[in-house]
Amino acid sequence: MPEAWVRIRGLHYARGEQVIFDGIDMDIPRGRLTAIMGPSGTGKTTLLRLIGGQLRPDAGSVEVAGQNVSALRSKALYRLRQRMGMLFQNGALLTDLSVFENVAFPLREHTRLPERMIRDLVLMKLHAVGLRGARELMPAQLSGGMARRVALARAIALDPEMVMFDEPFTGQDPISLGVLVSLLRRLTDALGLTSLMVSHDVQESLSIADYVYVISEGQVVEHGTPAALRRSTSPWVQQFLQGQSDGPVPFHYPAPDYRADLLAEAP
Amino acid sequence: MTAFLQRLGAGTLGITERVGRGHLFLLHVLGGFPGLLPRFGLVMKQIYASGVLSLLIVAVSGLFVGMVLALQGYNTLVDFGATESLGVVVSLSLVRELGPVVAALLFAGRAGSALTAEIGLMKATEQLSAMEMMAVNPLHRVVAPRLLGGIIAMPLLAAIFSAVGILGGYFVAVGLLGVDEGAFWSQMQAKVDLYEDIANGVIKSVVFGFVVTWIAVFEGYDAVPTSEGVSRATTRTVVHASLAVLGLDFILTALMFGDE
Amino acid sequence: MMQSRTVQIWVGLFVIMGMAALLMLAMKVSNIRAFSGEEGYVITARFENIGGLKVRSPVTMAGVVVGRVSKIGFDKEIYEAVVTMNIDPRYDNLPEDTSASIFTSGLLGEQYIGLEAGGAENYLRDGDRIQLTQSAVILEQLIGQFLVSQADK
Repeated sequence: MPEAWVRIRGLHYARGEQVIFDGIDMDIPRGRLTAIMGPSGTGKTTLLRLIGGQLRPDAGSVEVAGQNVSALRSKALYRLRQRMGMLFQNGALLTDLSVFENVAFPLREHTRLPERMIRDLVLMKLHAVGLRGARELMPAQLSGGMARRVALARAIALDPEMVMFDEPFTGQDPISLGVLVSLLRRLTDALGLTSLMVSHDVQESLSIADYVYVISEGQVVEHGTPAALRRSTSPWVQQFLQGQSDGPVPFHYPAPDYRADLLAEAP
Repeated sequence: MTAFLQRLGAGTLGITERVGRGHLFLLHVLGGFPGLLPRFGLVMKQIYASGVLSLLIVAVSGLFVGMVLALQGYNTLVDFGATESLGVVVSLSLVRELGPVVAALLFAGRAGSALTAEIGLMKATEQLSAMEMMAVNPLHRVVAPRLLGGIIAMPLLAAIFSAVGILGGYFVAVGLLGVDEGAFWSQMQAKVDLYEDIANGVIKSVVFGFVVTWIAVFEGYDAVPTSEGVSRATTRTVVHASLAVLGLDFILTALMFGDE
Repeated sequence: MMQSRTVQIWVGLFVIMGMAALLMLAMKVSNIRAFSGEEGYVITARFENIGGLKVRSPVTMAGVVVGRVSKIGFDKEIYEAVVTMNIDPRYDNLPEDTSASIFTSGLLGEQYIGLEAGGAENYLRDGDRIQLTQSAVILEQLIGQFLVSQADK
C-alpha cells in the first residue's frame, strides 16, 4: 500500500443540528483510485469539500500532501488547490465560455504561457477525453456525459496530483457510463493520478476502484479492496452492495404499528 | 407580545447580519480591483453586458421623458408667458434628477436583475464552487469585473438619457409648440451650471451605478442556490436597488443643492 | 475571437456616445463658455443691503457677464455686506470710479451686480474696492414708501 496523499483523522462535521461526520479516519493512497461509497445524503460531497478546504471541520484534521487543510491561510490553500482537480456532479462548466475556453481557463488564470502553448495543451487534454472536435461548442450544446468529460479535461488541465470526482456516473446512459468508467481508470493509470471518487453506483465503483470506503451515518462502516468488500460479513454492507430493498436498513420509515394505525380514529 | 418582540429582534438581527455580510463582501470584491487593470477585457465584456444592452431602453425612455417634460412644462409656463424658460425646465429636471434617477431605475431593472440571475445561476450550477476549487477567487474573477463595469456604464447611460431627453424636449418645444429656438438654448445655457448641475448629476449617477451593481451582485452571490432562490433574489435586487436609488437621491440632493 | 471584437466595437461605440452626450451637456446645455470665476482679479464692494444676491451670481457690465460673485461677507463694524467679485482678466480696464448696483433680472428673476464705468484715468486693480454702490431694491420697502407717500397727500 503506497503512502497516503490525503489523511483524515477523527473528522467531525455537523451542519446545524444534523451531524454529518462523527469521527472518520481515512487514508487515500497516492496514485490509486479510491472510491467512497454510501447511501444518498451521507455527506459524500461534503467530504470532498472538506478535503478541498471549502468547508472547515468542527474537530479532527484533514491533511492533504502533508498540509493540514483547515489551518492553511488562503494563499497557501489556493496553491494547494492548484495541485488538485475536482469534477463536479454536473460538470459545472462556465456557461459563458466555449469548451476550448473552459479547458483553457485554469491555464490562463494560473500560468503566463503563450497562446500557442495553451492551444496545444488544451487540445491534448480534450483529445484525452475524446472531445477535440467539440472545442467550439458552448456548454449548453453538450450532453450530460460530454459536459462531464469536458469538465474532466479541465480538471486535469494543470496536471494535478489528485482529482476528486463527485458522483461521476449518476444519470448517464450506458454508453457514456462505459466511456466515463474506462476514462477514469485510464487517466488514473496513465497520469499516475491520485483519484478519489464519491459514488453510490456499486457495480461501476467496485469494478474500477483499487480501494473502497463505505460510509453511513457519519461512520466508516467498512473499507478494503473490492474483493475484500464483497466477502464482508456485515449484513448492512451486503444489503448495500446487492441493493436489497429490506434488511438492516428497513424498507419502512419508522412508523407506528400498521394495524393500529389503520384502525385509529381519524383526527 | 413576547412572540412579536422575539420576531422583531430576530428580524433586526437578520438585517444587521445581512448588512454586515454585504459590506464584507464588498471589501473582498474591491480587493480584486487592482488585478483587473491588466485584464481589462473582462471589464469590457461587462460594460457590454450592462451598458450596451441597456442602451436602447435608456435612450428611448430618455426621449419620451424629455418630450413629456416639454409638453407639461409648456402648459404651466404658458400661463406666465414664460415659455422661453422651457429649455431651463427640461434641462434642469433631466440633468439634476431624472437623468441619473430614471436611468438608474431602468439600469436596476435591465442590467441589475440580469446580473443577479447570472451570478445566482452560476452559484446554483456550482460554477462558483468549481472556480474556487480551481484556485480562482470568484469574487475577483466574476464579481469584481461586473461591479466595475456597472460603475463605468451607469454615468454614461445617465448622460445619454439626459442628452437624448433634452433633444426630445427640443423637438417638442421648438418643433411642435413653436418656442423660439434661440431662447430655448440661451436660457438653458444661462441657468444650467457645469459644476453645480452637470457635474453633480454625473456624481449622482456614479453613486447610483455603484450601489445598484453592488446590490445586484451581492443578491446573486448570496442567493439560495435553487431556481426559486435565484428568482427571489432577482426580485429583491430590483426592489432594493430601486429603493436605494430613490433614498440616496434624496440624501445626495440635500447635500448638493440644499445649501443654496 | 470574433465575438470579442464585436464586443469591443460595441463598447467603444457606447463609450463614445456617452462621452458625446456628456460633451453636449457641457458645451451646449451649460454655461461652460462663460467665465467660470476661478481665475481673474478680485475687487470688493460694500452694500447696505444685498437683497437676494448669492455666491456665483453674475457681475455684468452693459449687460455682458464680466465676472462672478465669489464671496459674500458681513462687516460687523459698520453693519454692511462685503461682496467679493472675481472679474475676468480680459476686462482689466475698469475705471477707478466704476459704480456697482444690485439689479433684478425681470420682475421675479435672480439678482446680479451691474457695473457702470466712470471717467477716471486709473483702472481698478486686484484687491481694490468700489466706492460707489447702490443697494438692492427691496420690493416691500418700495411698496411701503409708495403707500406712505400716498398717505401724505
